[in-house]
Amino acid sequence: MSARRLEEAVVKLLMVAAGLIVAGSVIGVVGVMLVKGLPVFTPRMLVQASGGGSSLGQEGGILNAILGSLCLGFGGTLGAILLALPIVSALQRDYAGRTFFGRFTRLALDVLWGIPSIVYGAFGFIIMLYLGIRASLLGGIIALTLVELPIMARGMDEVARLVPVELKEASYALGSTRLEVTLKVTWRQCLPGFVTAGLLAFGRGIGDAASVLFTAGYSEYLPRSLVRPVASLPIAVYQQYLSPFPEVQQRAYASAAALLLIVLVVSILSRLSAARFSRYVVR
Amino acid sequence: MEVKVAERRPDATLLSSGGAARKLADRVATAGLYAAAGCVILLVFAIGLALVVKSWPVLTGRPLAQVLFSSVWKPSRGEFGFYPFIMGTLWVTVLAMAMSVPVSLLTAVYLAEYAGRRVRAIAKPLLDLLAGIPSVVFGLCGWLAVVPAVTAVGEKLGQFTTGLCVLSGAIVLAVMVFPVTISVCEEVLHSVPLEAREASLAVGATHWQTVKHVLLRAVYPGITAAVILGFSRAFGETMAVLMVVGNVPQAPHSLLDPAYPLPALIANSYGEVMTIPREESALMLAALILMVVVIAFNVLARVVIRRIYVRTGGAG
Repeated sequence: MSARRLEEAVVKLLMVAAGLIVAGSVIGVVGVMLVKGLPVFTPRMLVQASGGGSSLGQEGGILNAILGSLCLGFGGTLGAILLALPIVSALQRDYAGRTFFGRFTRLALDVLWGIPSIVYGAFGFIIMLYLGIRASLLGGIIALTLVELPIMARGMDEVARLVPVELKEASYALGSTRLEVTLKVTWRQCLPGFVTAGLLAFGRGIGDAASVLFTAGYSEYLPRSLVRPVASLPIAVYQQYLSPFPEVQQRAYASAAALLLIVLVVSILSRLSAARFSRYVVR
Repeated sequence: MEVKVAERRPDATLLSSGGAARKLADRVATAGLYAAAGCVILLVFAIGLALVVKSWPVLTGRPLAQVLFSSVWKPSRGEFGFYPFIMGTLWVTVLAMAMSVPVSLLTAVYLAEYAGRRVRAIAKPLLDLLAGIPSVVFGLCGWLAVVPAVTAVGEKLGQFTTGLCVLSGAIVLAVMVFPVTISVCEEVLHSVPLEAREASLAVGATHWQTVKHVLLRAVYPGITAAVILGFSRAFGETMAVLMVVGNVPQAPHSLLDPAYPLPALIANSYGEVMTIPREESALMLAALILMVVVIAFNVLARVVIRRIYVRTGGAG
């Protein structure tokens, strides 16, 4: 075997090893969580809030965290959709797409995408101080909206760019205004992509801990009001991990397994929805 | 009879009825869309401005160099030295990248150049899954699996460690940045035109020689960009690192020392903010440092990636 063939074989071996490390770490993380989490997972946890004594090692559920997370996730995703739709529409070539303004907006979105969620948490905290609200569901939703906005906008922008120009031109030729083309051609054509981007952002939002740590706080009771603190699964995992009681720490595994399952379901849903909604797309 | 037709006279620009209303709706919507896009730009500046204003007392209280390079952190006495936290962040992040980049690069080359369709079909969802796993889950896994392993290795080497140290944090982070670095590396590898590969293979180079001499040379800046993006992702990561890194406010001196990165500082101290007003200012300065570094890195990476697309003539 010549030297260069040998080199090829060695490098290929290294590549396969690297690939296995990556794949192994994915399977490892999911595996560890399921192995540790499922045994301590009881159906009662799902229908019970933590209640007052749970942090002291008494029995308690995680319903408060699950419902809190869903409220935060839906609120944040709704906020991000409402902001991202007009932004992405404005970034079409029909509007600001190729202008300096359009490019600058895209750069700003990239910058927002890179900002760590803890910074959004801090910024959300400043806004809340300014508005005079304390840690609450509303505060958490504001922070999550900011976290999810760049993820959503980037996903939607990538889809909106793929709308065939001919399709839009056909509509313009019939006398449509830009608004009508945007609403009736672009949005409809992009629906499956928008749904996928929304679910992706929802998955990110629901798992994000650093931004809701300051802004949503934590509560051992079910979410009741927009202006009260609310529990969330990631914060519940963190609080339970910090606990000195082994029973409570075990509950962290169950909470984390629940969180991971929700994220998995959301990612599967996004794949299915992409296929399902694609029948509305003109090809 | 013919009166009705006459009423529906075509407008000069809009062929069907209600032209004025539709035109108005279009104008209003256009203004709204541009305003929304403008808000994105404003938001970036608003975040920066808010953090600067909030951190102003600490920023101007002492010379900046002293704030950044002093290691005394005593909030109750109003002394805020960021040195241990900056060093903690750097140790963990740099080590994580050193572990993550070679593995990511090899994986990306494999996926882009060698892997068959079936392997790629499995790899894509796995990477998406990895990118979607919440950071607390990584933290908990690190605490359950990596920390005990590091303790065991430390004992074998004759060094006592709790396992809550730089090395554990870096291992967890390394796994977390895999999706970022792999996907960007793979993307830039795909941007190289097929003809470049064919030319090299045609003169008798092996596949790996082609990769080494043609592809990697062509996308070298893109790989730098991938590393920068991964670095900036790792730099701001909070919860996962916080849970495995020990959080002792001292600059680490070895891999088995605990560290206290900036994001962990913010997350851990927010409870005290209400009692010590100047500490809030210090924490906002920490957030500002994170934001400035991350923005600089992101913009740098974007510029590099755009250049490659321009040079290789790929779609960008």
